[in-house]
Amino acid sequence: MRPNLILHVIAKFTIPLIILFALYVQFHGDFGPGGGFQAGVIFSAALILYSLVFGLDAAEKIIPSHWLRILAALGVVIYAGVGLVSLLLGGNYLDYTLLSSNQIAGQHLGILLVELGVGITVAAAMLILFFSFAGRGRE
Amino acid sequence: MGSHISLLLVVVPLIAAPVVAILPRGRLPWAVAFMVAALCAVLAGMQLWAVLHEGAISYELGGWAPPWGIEYRIDAVNAFVALIVAAIAAITLPYALLSSEREIPEEKIPLFYSAMLLCLTGLLGITQTGDIFNVFVFLEISSLASYALISLGRDRQALTSAYQYLIMGTIGATFYLIGVGLIYSQTGSLNMQDLATILPDVLHLKTVETGFAFIMIGVALKLALFPLHLWLPNAYTYAPSVVTVFLAATATKVAVYLMLRILGMVFPQGFALTTPAEELFIVAGITGIIIASVYAIYQKNVKRLLAYSSVAQVGYMVLGIGFASVTGVTATLVHLFNHALMKGALFMAVGAIIYRTGACRMEQIHGLGRTMPWTFGAIVIGGLSLVGVPGTAGFISKWYLVTAALEQGAWISVAVILSGSLLAVVYVGKLIEALYFKPMTDTGNAVGEAPMLLLVPTWVLVLANLYFGLDTDLTVGVAEKAVAIIAGMES
Repeated sequence: MRPNLILHVIAKFTIPLIILFALYVQFHGDFGPGGGFQAGVIFSAALILYSLVFGLDAAEKIIPSHWLRILAALGVVIYAGVGLVSLLLGGNYLDYTLLSSNQIAGQHLGILLVELGVGITVAAAMLILFFSFAGRGRE
Repeated sequence: MGSHISLLLVVVPLIAAPVVAILPRGRLPWAVAFMVAALCAVLAGMQLWAVLHEGAISYELGGWAPPWGIEYRIDAVNAFVALIVAAIAAITLPYALLSSEREIPEEKIPLFYSAMLLCLTGLLGITQTGDIFNVFVFLEISSLASYALISLGRDRQALTSAYQYLIMGTIGATFYLIGVGLIYSQTGSLNMQDLATILPDVLHLKTVETGFAFIMIGVALKLALFPLHLWLPNAYTYAPSVVTVFLAATATKVAVYLMLRILGMVFPQGFALTTPAEELFIVAGITGIIIASVYAIYQKNVKRLLAYSSVAQVGYMVLGIGFASVTGVTATLVHLFNHALMKGALFMAVGAIIYRTGACRMEQIHGLGRTMPWTFGAIVIGGLSLVGVPGTAGFISKWYLVTAALEQGAWISVAVILSGSLLAVVYVGKLIEALYFKPMTDTGNAVGEAPMLLLVPTWVLVLANLYFGLDTDLTVGVAEKAVAIIAGMES
């Protein structure tokens, strides 16, 4: 790919900001608008921009595709696992109140973990989709 | 602990699905998927027992009380359907091992079992939940998984048929969601039981009627009610054999259950009678039985023949709903169970032929019945059950259906049900003629009987066809209990 100075500089400048914004949306999700789904999409947008500017090979060095599959599965397991933990603590499925001694802190922790699972799965799934389309015909 | 069973039934396959997806290739993904399906079948059996002996189960997800939180509510109706789905999954998965190794690329096997488990999660979720929006979520989980499963077929046409199903299925799901939205706008509730108490006051509103129509059309698309069946023949024909077995025996059944639940337990009794829905069901059922059966006769592909027969069988089930009587709905529920048994057995037997020969066109299977006697036997008994010969499960459901029609003096329906059976004799006869009476096409290499791992699950379903043709305690007994709940005679 022909190097393009302007694109490279701008991408290097914006990618950290995009990731930062993704983390903000992720962790602010339980106070305001946002949450795992949106954060995951924004996070994957940063990596998609990176691979558009620097090429697929460079992007696959950062995050190999077999890791994406594991991450996509991991997110679902985190989500469902939080539910199972509250089940084992003697409550109903996904009853976050039992996750901590304080009821409000428990709800807080629960939704944070569940949204983290959602964020990981969505980001990984978006990247899998992108790589499988972008990588077509390369093998 | 008792009520946790209902939850685990959905959560166990949900957690297993991502785990299976990242397991290494080989037989480990199958082993995990099979154990999960077997566990689900045991849980579903325990759940049905608990419901029959201790009354309805209510489970509040996240500890949020209904109608605000999501509630799983299980009575005899959904416990029965959940048992059908889970049991079919547990019988299908042993069959899946060899059949999928033959038909699905090796690197996709872990993902295949993962999608099977997700499909199972979605179907079980639809049966368990007592929240109409949650139904939509599970409907999408099962549908998305089945689009992926169908696209795994060997033929390139599998891709177009999966796409066709994707479009039709998404329209169906969207219609359902629009209907739910319209009803929510007038009632402010999504909980089925809560809706049942609110809806009688707002039934005169056009919005509610429109919402009802949207939901009915959406579900009718999902259950492949004639003339909304166009996605089904292609999807069943080009999907891998295992997927066809599983979907044919469960997916449309769950959609029929959903229709019954919304007609009888969300909207008040008799509301459908004030709308054109009931007449439409009877008309769609009658035309579906006749036209789809005639189509089946002219098919050159064995799987497509059985697929059209499935469309006709959906016609019988909807006809039962259309009668809007206790016997009619009993017939629907009994046929739901029996049809899962007969179509499961028939598609499994056809899958065994595909496993041995790779062929499923009529002219390619000539004479195979003589070299594959056990597979042929399964097709004969499954076919007889489809026709409704006494001593098979099919007879029981036809009997109840005809009784229901006679109760109402619906002579046209009686004639249609009986001629539907005659048409079934023709297409099953064509299949048997091709398999047994036509001279074998010389392919050079001898075709042997299917391996035991394919034959045993097939014959489990075949024997179940015979057993439930003689002993109707489970089927009719549970169905009558379920209908009593739908009709509001007990809670």
